[in-house]
This record gives sequence, structure tokens and C-alpha cells, in this order.
Amino acid sequence: MPDGAHYPIPFEGNTQQACCRGCQAVAQTIIDSGQGAYYTHRTALPATPREAEAELAQLGLYDLPEIQESFVRVEAEHIREAALILENIVCAACIWLNERHIAALPGVLSVEINYATRRARVRWDNSRIQLSAILKAVSDIGYIAHPFDPGRSDDIYKRERNTAIKRLAIAGLGMMQVMMYALPSYTATDMTDDIRLLMRWASLVLTIPVVLYSAWPFFIGAWRDLKRRTLGMDVPVALGVGTAFIASVYATFFGQGEVYYDSVTMFIFLLLTGRFLEMNARRRAGAAVEELVKLIPAATTRLPNWPLRDEEQVPVARLAVGDHVLVRPGETLPADGVVVDGDSAVSEAMLTGESLPVSKTIHSKVVGGSLNQASPLVVQIEKLGADTRLASIVRLLDRAQSEKPRIGQLADRAAAWFVGLLLLITVLVGIVWYVIDPSKVLWIVVSILVVTCPCALGLATPAALTTATGRLTRLGLLTTRGHALETLARATDLVFDKTGTLTQGRLSVRRVVALGGHSENEVSDIAAALEAGSEHPIARALREAATPSRSASQIRNTPGRGVEGTIGEQTYRLGSPRFAAPAHTLPEAAEGAYPNNGHESWIALAAGDALIAWFALADTPRADAPAALAALSAQGLHLHLLSGDAEGAVKATAQQLDITDWHAGALPEDKLAYVKTLQSQGRIVAMVGDGINDAPVLAGAQVSIAMGEGADVAQAAADMVMLGSRLGTLADGVALARKTQLIIRQNLGWALGYNLIAIPAAAFGYVTPWLAGIGMSVSSLLVVLNALRLTDYKPNTPVAAQPLPSPLTAPR
Amino acid sequence: MDILILLIPLSLVIVGVIAWVMLWATKSGQFDDLEGPAHSVIMDDDTPHPPQDKPTPPS
Repeated sequence: MPDGAHYPIPFEGNTQQACCRGCQAVAQTIIDSGQGAYYTHRTALPATPREAEAELAQLGLYDLPEIQESFVRVEAEHIREAALILENIVCAACIWLNERHIAALPGVLSVEINYATRRARVRWDNSRIQLSAILKAVSDIGYIAHPFDPGRSDDIYKRERNTAIKRLAIAGLGMMQVMMYALPSYTATDMTDDIRLLMRWASLVLTIPVVLYSAWPFFIGAWRDLKRRTLGMDVPVALGVGTAFIASVYATFFGQGEVYYDSVTMFIFLLLTGRFLEMNARRRAGAAVEELVKLIPAATTRLPNWPLRDEEQVPVARLAVGDHVLVRPGETLPADGVVVDGDSAVSEAMLTGESLPVSKTIHSKVVGGSLNQASPLVVQIEKLGADTRLASIVRLLDRAQSEKPRIGQLADRAAAWFVGLLLLITVLVGIVWYVIDPSKVLWIVVSILVVTCPCALGLATPAALTTATGRLTRLGLLTTRGHALETLARATDLVFDKTGTLTQGRLSVRRVVALGGHSENEVSDIAAALEAGSEHPIARALREAATPSRSASQIRNTPGRGVEGTIGEQTYRLGSPRFAAPAHTLPEAAEGAYPNNGHESWIALAAGDALIAWFALADTPRADAPAALAALSAQGLHLHLLSGDAEGAVKATAQQLDITDWHAGALPEDKLAYVKTLQSQGRIVAMVGDGINDAPVLAGAQVSIAMGEGADVAQAAADMVMLGSRLGTLADGVALARKTQLIIRQNLGWALGYNLIAIPAAAFGYVTPWLAGIGMSVSSLLVVLNALRLTDYKPNTPVAAQPLPSPLTAPR
Repeated sequence: MDILILLIPLSLVIVGVIAWVMLWATKSGQFDDLEGPAHSVIMDDDTPHPPQDKPTPPS
């Protein structure tokens, strides 16, 4: 059952959907002039000036450092960055408006707004402008900006949704009843004039609330656009509604001409339905980010007197670095920290896309937002709030979603011109029809205004991008730059800049050479038994190679050399050749597939003085590397391996993984030169590296992907960060990026095609206003729904399906 | 036809009443969760949930 089943809505005294004071003055005028019959039904009127002033005084509070702490990040001495959430965003046009308005303020360094989540990231110079001034600037143009906090975002959504439902209900009821009056006046032949007049007046009474309440957002939007001297999506709609309504009122009062109440109400209802559905769809598209934010619980159990076990419940916001918290199974970690007590398995699936839980014990680092699964953990907090890994993931994701790639910017500019052109066309068509048939002019003009859909054009790219980045994050690939998806989709070459990217970075047993009549299983078993108590990487590798059926006693460890122990009657020594078997030499290189090439370590096992086995240990490719690379090759990508490691190791890895282009001993300059050579051949290079040491090489490639495992995500200077250790994510990412490109093209194609057909059709009089309303709503809804297909997109790569085998994640 | 002179104003009043009911429904949270109540009505929750603080067996 959804969790949201029992949220009470605080409504009383709420200043809901309060817009600018200008609008409020207008609303006041309406009421004063006696037309506000509808408003008497409302329980909350728009903000009174006194309340607005109180709110302004409150804004000043946001300048206090202790209040800013929770949502502002200090970058340099004066540079601050804050996450804001905007209310009253209805269409992509609002985003342009706010972006341009805020960016124009002196002292504001940058501003980016995400349409899907309505969140803004603002960077400013604190010595030149205060945060309150920015918030005030936003409220000046009729929007409301709040410092971001996830609970608030929920409230805002709930309020917006309730308002939308109310507007929809009023429009729907009005529409139905007006239709009832309209139908007989079209069909009846014996209707008397006084009945006809009565019906017109009744229709007027019903249409007034629909126009003044339900259609209000369109008028506000259009007014805002005009005030800023831009042309947005709301201008044609408001013009259409306004024209038809005023003409009908004129006809009602003076008894001449046609009335269009049915068209007006119907198409307002259809537009609102479209917007309502779009709002829900948009909510789903932005859900990935919202879910991440919500991972952090609101309250947690603090152990104030650790190591004493007395508990207290505190809000997470009140925690301080160094506090100890108790995290029970089933609870979510409130912040980043280190385990000081307990032994458990923790699921980081939401953060890394890894489905298996990771085992955590004392000294393990844990990440806020991951879920404790097995047993209680006591965690000492190291990083809180905006410094946590989760927060930086959210921040990078926000940035990526608010940055528009080239194709999106192009569409935006086109949409603004489009509206201007449209108004011009409307005027021309109106004049032409006036000459041909004056009685049709009005509804044709209204149809043209309504049928066009610049919204679809503006929505095409951001809707798809937001959904795709959200989906990718859940797969474990974090997008940090807006262009990353577009470039990844076009990439022709994939360069791995390190052997360690493809290998696990841990030892495992590559080969066992059993001597003196012992079987390989037997010697592996003995080695595992001897190493049973050690946490050394070699010991772990040997243990993983066998399931010990015997146990050793009198184990004596000589650090750096080896281990000695007794199994049954026999004493064994295991370790470096010189420790275990001083008299013997390494096996000959010719004996197996892996020559002694310097990247494998040889471990000897001796029974008494007799050497009974050799173990060759080496770093192995990640378990899913062969499948992942095969999938990438199958996607038409050319794979390269550049490494600073010795030739032997690189060659072995490359051969195992079937990479033909490999270069060993490469310095960062060499790597960069290699990438540049590829680029000069017209290839588009995607680079995979560890993100921190290889910044220049990563920056040189068109798109860079960092292995973010354990590293500080925020520091990774890459366009994308792999959050988990699953290489298959790369293939998924490429598949999803290509799919996203396809969907963006489909969307833009649809938006252009629709408008190219709809406008001429309306100009020639084939589209009635209500049909136009359906057309426009469906058009923009289709774009969003098409983008939503990415939400559950399952990349069709062979690696995607198989679970990740990793001994590390097995519970003890 | 004269009856229409009564019926049309009457229809206006009815629309007004329905509108008021709709607004009340929205305000009182009838639309907040459109799915939960549909499930909760047929879910007889006889078995209590296991307490949260008991360790789940490791998978």
C-alpha cells in the first residue's frame, strides 16, 4: 500500500497558489466589481498585502548563516550555491523566464532550473548579493522560491495537485452544463427568443467561473510573458480564450452575433486535463531524484553517551559530525560514517544499482541512504547534509538535468520564435477570412491560437533527458553533465585508461601446480585451511579458491613471509618461495598458459621439507568484464585499453578480454595524445577511468566516465560516474543513451509535424476550437508519455540480466 | 416550454451545489490518495506485521 495514504493536509490559513501582488490586485478588482461570485466559495483568498510583507520579512531570515547551513554550499570565500524549489511553474516558458530574470541580477554567477523537478541551482557572490534579494526577485515576477527541502516539495506538489483538481472540476462541470444549453440551441427549431436568451445568460453565468478561475493560470502566464516582453506558450491560449469569451459576452448583452460559451468551456477543460496529466507524468519523470532525496530518514536514534547504550530519538537535521547513531535492521543510514560496532549487510542498491547487499563490519565506511539489512550497526557520523555522498549525487544529477544539450537549446529558441510567427499568421489569416466570410473569422482565429503547440517543442528534450538520467542513475550510472547522454549515444570508440578499470584490483588464484602426487583440490584445501584466520589479500584469494574441509592448528604467522600450521600430524608451511621451500625454484615458464611475467605472485606450499604445490595469484578481470565488453563491441563500439602498467599485465588482460588495441606503459601525456589522434580521425571518444588521477585525459575525451567506486563522487571530473562496480552498466548506458536520442528525435519530429499540419488546417477552417483544444493537449501529452517510456526501459544487453557474482558481498 | 424558465435556473443551482461538493471533497483530501483506500477496504490485516527491530535472517 502506498505510504501516502494518511497524510493530513494542513489547509486552514494556507495562502494557496498565491502569485504576484499584481495578480492579487486583479483578483481584488474582480471581487470588488461584483464578478467574484465564485470566489465566495473559496476558503482561502490570495495573500493579502500584509501577509506578503510578513513573508518578505521572513526572507531576510534566509541570509543568516545558521539557517543557510542546511541548504547552502559554500564554494569559495564569497561564492555560495543553493538549491531552491520554485512554485507556480506550469510550462517550460516559466523556466526561461526565471532563468533569465535571476541571471540578470548583479552578483548572481549562474542559475539552472530543472523543469521536471522545479528545482533551481543558484550560485552567487555573497559579497554582492544576498540570498533574500534573489528570493525576492523571484517573487517579483510572480513565482515563489523556497530553499529546497524534500518535505516541502511534497507539500507543494500536493497543493498544486489539489488546485489543479479544483480547476478541472469547475471547468468540467461548467462545460457539461453549457453543452446542455448549447445542444438545443443548435438543434431545436421551435425555440422562442426569450428561452434562447435565458440559455445564453445561464451559459454566461457558468462560463464566468470557468474563465476566471479555471483558466486563470493561462492569463497569469500570458501576463507574465508580456510584462517580460517575451512570447510564451500561454499568450496564444489566453488570447484565444479571451477573444472568444469577450465576443460571446458582447453577443449576450447586445443580442447580436454568435456565442461561443460551449467552445470556451470545453477547450479550457481539455487544456486543463492535458496539463493535469502532464503534471503527473512530469512528477513521475522527476521521481528518480526525489526518491534519492527521500532516502535520508527524518529521525534517527542517537547514542549520546556512547559507548553507553542509552538511546534518544533526534531529527537527522540535529545530528553533528562525530555523533554515534544506532541503525537497526530495516532502517536507512542517516548520513555518511564509519561503523564502530556491529556486523551487518547493507544494501546500497539505490545509490549504486548493485542489487546484492554489501557486508559491513567495524571500520567499514557506510553511506547515508543505504539500507541496513541484517543486524544493528552503531555508526559514527563523518559527513552530514550537503557533504554526504548522496547529496553530491543529487547535486550532480540536478546539474545534469538542468543543463540542456544543444538540441534542446535549439528547440527552446525555435519555440520562442514560433509563437511570434504564429501571432503574425493569425492576424493575416484573420484579415483574409474577414474578406471571405466575416462570420467565421472569430472561431478560425481562436482555433489557430489554440491548436498550435509550442509546448511540445519545448518539452521534447527536457522530458526525455530527465527520465533517461533518472533511469540511468537507478542502473548505477550517474550523469553529471547535460551533454553526456547525447555524446555517449554518438560515441564510436571506448577507451579504458587503466587495467584496474577492467580488473577487480584484488588477487585471486590463477593457477595451481600440484606436485608429488597430490591433487589440486587437496593442496588448495590445505592452503585454505592454513589461511583460515588471516585477512591478508593473499589469504583471502586462497580461501576463495577452496572450501576447506579440514582445519589447521598451531597456526603461526610470520608477517611478510608466510604461515605455518599443523593439519593432522603433518606440519605445513605456506608463503613466499624462500620461506616455504628454500631449496626450490619457480616452475618453468613453459608449464602453463600464464608465463611468469612479473604480474603474478607465486606462493609455495611445503609439507615438512617437501614442496607439494605452487599457487599463482594475479589480479583478475571483473567477473562481468568479458560479457560487458562483448556487449559493447556488439553495439559497434571500438574498444581500446591504455595503461600505465607493465606490458605483461596489460597484455594478459587485453588478450583475456579480446581487446585488440592496447598500449602498456602509457604516461598520461601518451594517453592524451592517443585520444587526440583518434579524435583527429573523426572518431568520438568515450573515456573510462578512475576520475581523479586521470583528469586531463578524461577532459580530453568527448565524454568521460569515471569509476566512482569508493571515490568522492563530487571530485570526479567526469561527465558520468559509475556508482557501482558492474561494468555491464556501461553497455546499458550506451543502449539507453541511444534510445534517448531516438526519443528526443521522435518528440521533436512529432512536435514539428503536428504544428505544420495543424496550423494550415486551422487556417483553412477545418478545425473547430474544441478540436483544437484536444489537439494541443494530446500533442504535449504525447511528448511526455513518449519520454516516460524510458522510465522502465530495459537495455537489451546480455549482461543486464545476470546477477552480479561477487564473493565480497556474501554475508558471513 | 415555459417550464424551462424554471428548469434552467434550477440547473444552475444544482451545478452550484455539485461544484461546492467537489471543492469540499478536494479540500478534505478525498483526492489525495486514489489507490490506497481501494486496496485497504479489501485487505483484512489480521496478521500483525513483524516488529521492525527484530533482525531479519541474513539472505
